[in-house]
Parts: sequence; structure tokens; C-alpha cells
Amino acid sequence: MSSFSVTEPSKRQKWFAGSLVILYALITIMPLIWIIATGFKSPSDAIAYPPKVFFEPSMEGYVNLFTSRTRLPAEELAALPPSETWYQELVRDNGMVITGPSRYGQRFLNSVIIGFGSTFLSIFLGTLAAYGFSRFKVPIKDDLLFFILSTRMMPPIAVAIPIFLMFRQIGLSDSHLGMILLYTAVNLSLSVWLLKGFIDEIPLEYEEAALIDGYTRFQAFYKVVLPQAATGIASTAIFCLIFAWNEYAFAVLLTSGNAQTAPPFIPTIIGAGGKDWPAVAAGATIFLIPVMIFTILLRKHLLSGITFGAVRK
Amino acid sequence: MAEVVLNGISKSYGDQVALENVSLTIPDGSFVVLLGPTGAGKTTTLRMVSGLDQPDNGEILINGQAVNKWTPAQRNVAMVFQQYSLYPHLTVRDNLAFPLRSPILKTPADEITRKVNDVAEVLQISHKLDNKATALSGGEMQRVSIGRALVRNPDIFLMDEPLSSLDAKLRSDLRIELKRIQSSLGATMLYVTHDQVEAMTMATHVGVLDHGKLVQFGTPREIYEDPVSIYSASRLGTPKINVLPADLFGATPAGAVSIGLRPEHIRTGEGLAGQVTRVEHLGDQTRVHLRVQTHDVITLADVHTTAKVGDEMLISPQNPLYFNAQGGRVK
Ligand SMILES: Nc1ncnc2c1ncn2[C@@H]1O[C@H](COP(=O)(O)OP(=O)(O)OP(=O)(O)O)[C@@H](O)[C@H]1O
Ligand SMILES: [Mg+2]
Repeated sequence: MSSFSVTEPSKRQKWFAGSLVILYALITIMPLIWIIATGFKSPSDAIAYPPKVFFEPSMEGYVNLFTSRTRLPAEELAALPPSETWYQELVRDNGMVITGPSRYGQRFLNSVIIGFGSTFLSIFLGTLAAYGFSRFKVPIKDDLLFFILSTRMMPPIAVAIPIFLMFRQIGLSDSHLGMILLYTAVNLSLSVWLLKGFIDEIPLEYEEAALIDGYTRFQAFYKVVLPQAATGIASTAIFCLIFAWNEYAFAVLLTSGNAQTAPPFIPTIIGAGGKDWPAVAAGATIFLIPVMIFTILLRKHLLSGITFGAVRK
Repeated sequence: MAEVVLNGISKSYGDQVALENVSLTIPDGSFVVLLGPTGAGKTTTLRMVSGLDQPDNGEILINGQAVNKWTPAQRNVAMVFQQYSLYPHLTVRDNLAFPLRSPILKTPADEITRKVNDVAEVLQISHKLDNKATALSGGEMQRVSIGRALVRNPDIFLMDEPLSSLDAKLRSDLRIELKRIQSSLGATMLYVTHDQVEAMTMATHVGVLDHGKLVQFGTPREIYEDPVSIYSASRLGTPKINVLPADLFGATPAGAVSIGLRPEHIRTGEGLAGQVTRVEHLGDQTRVHLRVQTHDVITLADVHTTAKVGDEMLISPQNPLYFNAQGGRVK
């Protein structure tokens, strides 16, 4: 009897549950805080042992991330005109001068173009395919759906070399378009399956009502199905972006210069003249931001898109 | 305004036969009510006319033109679904305006406002116009979905039990409004209901469906007074027609196996004796349940009858209907 009754938890139970959640949140957020903090440490603080929790913040990591520098002899440094900006000053204090911007900005831009480009394409194609699979009689539907899913089963390493050869043949090597198409192909299985699930949940009656109300099939899809699939589309888009954004294996194997994304680039910072952990941490921190913003922007849809029946069953 | 003709329409869903060779002419401007128990094929008939489903066989004509290949939009029909199917992401106002904004109608904004307000007033939902469609009671949703049909000026209205979840007062208000709107527009109406009052008062014609077959089509009076079978006779009338062995009251026409007696077609005070088993005072009528030999019979009595359980009552038939072994009518 009492095991089925719905009662308000007691104060103590709430306290206990709340503390558990906070504890878990602290544990999971620790690496993130550590990365962000390391980005603002000086190189010596970054590798200090025992680790420094309190430290004097420094922008050195960020300056190093965005610039290329070269070391000059002390007398040549002294002969230079006084530095014009705070970051020139900072670099000279370490006995170096800025020779130009680093490639991080461009790699970051590549990530944005490829990540968002492939997400858009995955969602666009995925929604259409999912709608088709959900609403129409498609011959060998189950087999097709399984085939689409199976494309996700092989590890990137297994297909990277054939793809590399194909890309070289058709001139897509190390190109934005090539990477967008590749990530789209990988993400489509996810987006078709997820979106089909969401669209299946939308009763057919709404579209039928729209057809009667004088709309074409496509208009009914656009005006009635899409708004109701917003939740599904938003969450699927977040999954697709996270995959494309973080993807490492294909990126490291298939891109080198022009279309290289940030994930394979960030580790190369380590090699450039000593282990520059603050710069790596700064690169990682900035790299986190777009996905965070994207998720926060779409969060509204994740929660509000869920609509419960105006269809009587 | 349109005449609708169904010509030998058949439709199956897998093994399930939903309609079998249904032929039916719905005259221009008429109000046709479809009757039949659940699963008889009423909704399927509406879906055939609307164009949401295609018949397996047969032809549908609107104003003499074969429309089998036309889309629902081209047929200019308005439909009230058995499931209300309001667009959940829109407000009540936008739900009502939705058909007016269609690429076919492209109604100007001020006219949309006017029409939506008019219809909302008729349906008594003006105060809910800015609600989300999901924030309504069942009866309010049902009215909005009727409204979505009424804002238009279609050739044909298709309504699938549109008043089923409304309270008695609203139901009788809207019954009158619907009939008024339909006749003032001169639109053709195909209407599904289980409600006898709706069928009797609104219909110009009634079609009786039995397992996908149209078994009788005629005026409400014809169906009520001159049914072709026990099945047809049972569709109208509350309480339901009493079906008893034909020889219970004596001589019968040749071939008759059962006798059908509507509760008001039983004369009391003479004839066969029955025991009163229950008396129901409904306000406007009083129903008396009797046990006659081994049969249950329901009849109507004077509103202020003093009959009580255990009393004896004598009954005899008046205008009986006779049926054969297959349930068909014997005259
Ligand atoms: N989409 C469908 N798939 C399979 N069978 C269906 C479908 N639509 C209707 N049927 C079947 O066709 C028959 C007629 O159904 P229909 O919906 O026309 O009945 P109805 O007269 O409207 O009943 P109700 O009064 O319950 O609404 C039923 O046996 C039903 O199970
Ligand atoms: Mg039905």
C-alpha cells in the first residue's frame, strides 16, 4: 500500500538527495574547472607539484595560443622600440617577439564551418528521410533502416583509408566540403533513427487536418510536423554537432592543412618549443564554447517542444 | 454546394473489410446522417469523400466529376475529425485561422479576424481564443475543431460525431446552430452520430451501415417507421426496439420469426401479463421494464405512473414490425 503512495519526500530526504547531486556535479565539473584554470596559469604554475589551486592569473597561455613567436638575443630585444600592446610586452618578458598570428584561429574557423555545416546537412537530410520512413510505405523499409544504422558500426580507422583514396580521386582531400560530407554521412544514421522516433510520435491526424484545410503535403509537413518535431530536431542537432565538433580520428587522418579542424591541431601546440600546457588548456577552453552556446540556445526547445495530445485517443 | 455520389465503393485495410460496395447519392444541400455501431465503416466513408484515403474499388463523384484522383484540398471539403486533432503548437485563434490562411484561400487579415470572431461566438469559445490548443477541456477542443470547419465555406461538410463530448445544453444549442449554418450556406453535409435526436432532427436522409454495407438509406422517418431489418430498426430509438418471438401475441404473417415493438408501440391494460421489474423516471418520460414470460420488454408509461416493481401489467402490440429468420422485414 504505502509503497505505491505518492508522498512529498521529507526535508531530510530532500537534503540527502540534493547533496548527492551537488557532489556528483562537483566531481564531473572538476576536469572542466581544471582546464579553464590551467589556461590562466603561467607555464611553471601549470606543472607545479603539488598542484596550485591559488595562483596569479596570467594571459600567457592565450597569447601563446594565438601567436607565433621567435626567440631573440637579449641585445636585439633591448634595441626594439617600446612595445605597443600588453601582449607584445608579455611575450618580450619571456625573451621573444611575435612574428604573426598562429594557425589556431583558422583551425577553429574550420571546426565551425565543418561542424555546423555537417550538422545542418545531417538534420536537413535526416528530417526528410525520417519523415519518409515514418509516413510512407517504403519497400524493404526495415532493411534500409538497418543498413543506415550499420554504417555507424565500423570504427573510423577501418574506413579512413578507403575514404582517403576516394577523396583523393575526386579531389576532396583536405577540403571543407569533403569533411562536411563525411561527417554528414556518419551522423545521418544517428539523425535518421532519432528523428524517425520523434516523428513517429506525432499523430498523423494533424497532417490530415492540414490536408483538408487546403495545404499540400509539403506545406503540412512544414507547418504542422516540423514545429512539433522541434524538440527532436534540437536534441538531434546537439548530438550531431557534438560528434562533428569533437571528431578526432578522421580529422587527423584526412586533413592536414587547409581543412584541419581544431581537435587534431590542439595537440600540435604541445610540440612547439617545450610543453606549453597553458596554451593547450586555453585552446581547449575556447574550443568548448561554441557547443556550450549552441546547447544553451536550443535548450528552450528541448524543454518546451514537448506537447501533449490535442488529439483525442 | 455539391452533390456527392459514391459508386460501388469498397475499401479494405489488410483483411479487415471497412466498406463493401457502398453506393450512395447525397443530394446537393442535403444533410445525411450515417448510423452504425462501432466499426461499421462510418469514418471510412467520410475519409473516402475527403480524399484522405483512396477506395480499392468504385468511384466518387462530386458535382458529376470523378474526384478519385483529387487531393483533399482540391475537393473543397471541411472535416471535423472524430479525434479533435487541433494543432497543439498553435493558439485557438491560429487554429481557427489555419484553413483561411491556406494557399488556396489566402484570406486577407481583417477578414480572417472577422470570421474567426464570428465562429468563436457561435461556438461560445470567444474567451478562449488566446489559449494554447492544448490548454482546453475536451468539449472546448471539440468546439474549436468544429470551428475550423465552419470558418470556411466548403462544398461539403464531413463531421464525425462532432457533438459527442459536449454537455446536453451546449449540444442542443450547437445542433441548431450547425443545422442553421449548413442550410444557410446550402452546403452538403455528411454527418456521423450515435445520437437519435441529432439524427431525427438534423438529417434530411439517414444511411444505415452494417459491417461496411449500406443496408438502408432514406428519410429519418422512413428509417424509424419502416426499417428494412431488425438491425436498421435497432439503430434509432431509445430505449431500443423490443425484439420478441413473433408468436408471443398470437397470429403472425407468413415467414415472420420475430416481432419488433418500439416502446411507444405497446398498448397497456390488455393482452399478455408481465411483471414490472424496474421503473425509471426520466423526467420527460417513464420507462417500465417488464418480464413477459421469459422475455424482457421495455415500454413507456405515463410520466406520473404509479406502477412499481412487482406489479402486474398487461401489454399488447400496436403497429408491430415483423422480421424473418435472417432479421429481414416481413410485411
Ligand atoms: N487505418 C486502418 N487500418 C486498419 N483497419 C482500419 C483502419 N481504419 C479503419 N479500419 C477498420 O475498418 C473498419 C471500419 O472502421 P471505421 O473507422 O470506419 O468505423 P466507424 O464506423 O467509424 O466506427 P466508430 O463508431 O468506432 O468510429 C473497422 O473494422 C476498423 O477496424
Ligand atoms: Mg469512426
